[in-house]
Amino acid sequence: MDEMRRRLIQSGGGMTLLGLLLAAGWIKPEEALAQAQTWNKAAFDTHSLTDTMKALGGGDPAQSKDIVFFQTPEIAENGAVVPIGVTSNIPKTESIAILIEKNPNLLAAVFDIPTGTETSISTRVKMAQSSNVYALVKADGKYYVAAKDIKVTLGGCGG
Amino acid sequence: MADPMKIRATTLGDSTEVKVLMSHEMETGQRKDAQGQTIPAWFIQNVIVTWNGRTVLSAQWGTAVSKNPFLSFKFKGGAKGDRIAISWMDNRGDKRTDETVIA
Amino acid sequence: MKAVRAAVALVALAIAPSLLAQGSTADEIAKYRAALQDGNPAELWEGRGEALWKQQRGPKNVSLERCDLGLGAGVVKGAYAQLPRYFADADRVMDLETRLVWCMVTLQGYTEADAKKNPFGNGNDRKSDLEALTAYVTSESRGVKMNVPMRHAKEAEAYRVGEKLFYFRGGTHDFACATCHSEEGKRIRLQDLPDLTTAQGAQKAYTTWPAYRVSQGELRTFEWRLYDCFRQQRFPELVFGSDAAIALTMFLARNANGAPFDAPAIKR
Ligand code: HEC
Repeated sequence: MDEMRRRLIQSGGGMTLLGLLLAAGWIKPEEALAQAQTWNKAAFDTHSLTDTMKALGGGDPAQSKDIVFFQTPEIAENGAVVPIGVTSNIPKTESIAILIEKNPNLLAAVFDIPTGTETSISTRVKMAQSSNVYALVKADGKYYVAAKDIKVTLGGCGG
Repeated sequence: MADPMKIRATTLGDSTEVKVLMSHEMETGQRKDAQGQTIPAWFIQNVIVTWNGRTVLSAQWGTAVSKNPFLSFKFKGGAKGDRIAISWMDNRGDKRTDETVIA
Repeated sequence: MKAVRAAVALVALAIAPSLLAQGSTADEIAKYRAALQDGNPAELWEGRGEALWKQQRGPKNVSLERCDLGLGAGVVKGAYAQLPRYFADADRVMDLETRLVWCMVTLQGYTEADAKKNPFGNGNDRKSDLEALTAYVTSESRGVKMNVPMRHAKEAEAYRVGEKLFYFRGGTHDFACATCHSEEGKRIRLQDLPDLTTAQGAQKAYTTWPAYRVSQGELRTFEWRLYDCFRQQRFPELVFGSDAAIALTMFLARNANGAPFDAPAIKR
């Protein structure tokens, strides 16, 4: 049962069995979280784009002009909080990830986007120093990437 | 115990915008305390957002997400009064769920 | 001695008029700051503060909901825009933080030492109730015009003392607040130093505290701002809730009169 639930959750999109159970009030959201919990340690531990791609199970991502940054400054006054907004205009976008080239670990966050959710997210990340920031999009099983150079006047790892 | 999240969910035409702030240290594991001891990493790893029980976003985070994380996104549908629930779980296994209704 | 003089020279060098070349950088930083306005983590403190305000706590197990912040028992809305002010029950001019301590002592039965023991928080292990309460109360004055009274003799006196303190030079660097804050366009590294002697300067500064400090990941109150400038000025530590802290607050708050209060804000 557990295995089936997990598979259903991971298939993403639409009303899963878990979603139905949730909606019916049979299980609480935090239980759903426990069920859905997967954290790709291998990917979060990587130090280069190539390794991250390997850990995510993808090949070389294609550069794409259909990925745009919004509300993302060229210069961050403080690396502890760098606003990043990413919109993917690529059809069948399934997930958006944010990677920071010069951070100790590249991968900052992965957002899985079910059908019906706009393929656009905005969050804030830490940057140890000025660096390229990548927006990596998985769409219809393939990977695409766009980069933006962000300067940091104060590094974000000293606290 | 972690403090409650601040969740805002508003309808914008035929979609709903969700904005959330979470109270969390998001400790990187790279910093040292005054005694020179490394402060262990402590960060949210999983986030799930549901609308009337249906998942509208799930995320995996690393240590590079800022302290007191902020997240904003939109999904199609949603009506005033619908339930939005957000849960997170961190690498220590602590979790928190908060709810709001769409305004 | 040599070291001290060298340090003074360094600081003096660092305080140079801003350069035109920094214009585009300044534009980009303005964009950065704008992007942070949407979703200010200060709201987390406001939420915790509101819960603390309503929670029955302390030896007497009562809430702060009967605390008189100047507009009558329990009135929070707009109260901060009229602080500091004279309180007859305490026979003293008080700023918000001092008044909160007063209410924690008189209503909730805390000792003064207990109520004051953690004015500035640090991370998850040492959260400050005072910062949270201050965030909540100030948020209830957002959009309200600053209207600090000066009817009572003690209010006028606090203002005068605050003004004196602002111009008083001392410490190893022979600095006054005015050294850093009485000229347009000064900066230290990338930080603009606001001119606090003009109404506009005082308004802009005063109405944007408390603030979530991005660099610290903490919400900081106006008393913290003063405390930290005392430190930068190499003055003795500013005692929390002291007459000096209240007088300086009175001076700057009163000079901000007429401007809409706009905090808790978010700052670098
Ligand atoms: C050595 C220079 C220096 C001295 C002396 C100094 N300050 Fe400051 N002050 C600063 C700096 C630097 C900042 C922060 C600017 C920033 O972070 O953007 C600041 C910020 C402030 C602010 C907040 C302004 C804002 O818009 O956020 C206030 C209010 C203030 N100081 C008051 C004072 C008072 C009162 C004194 C005297 C007790 C004083 N300062 C003495 C350097 C100084």
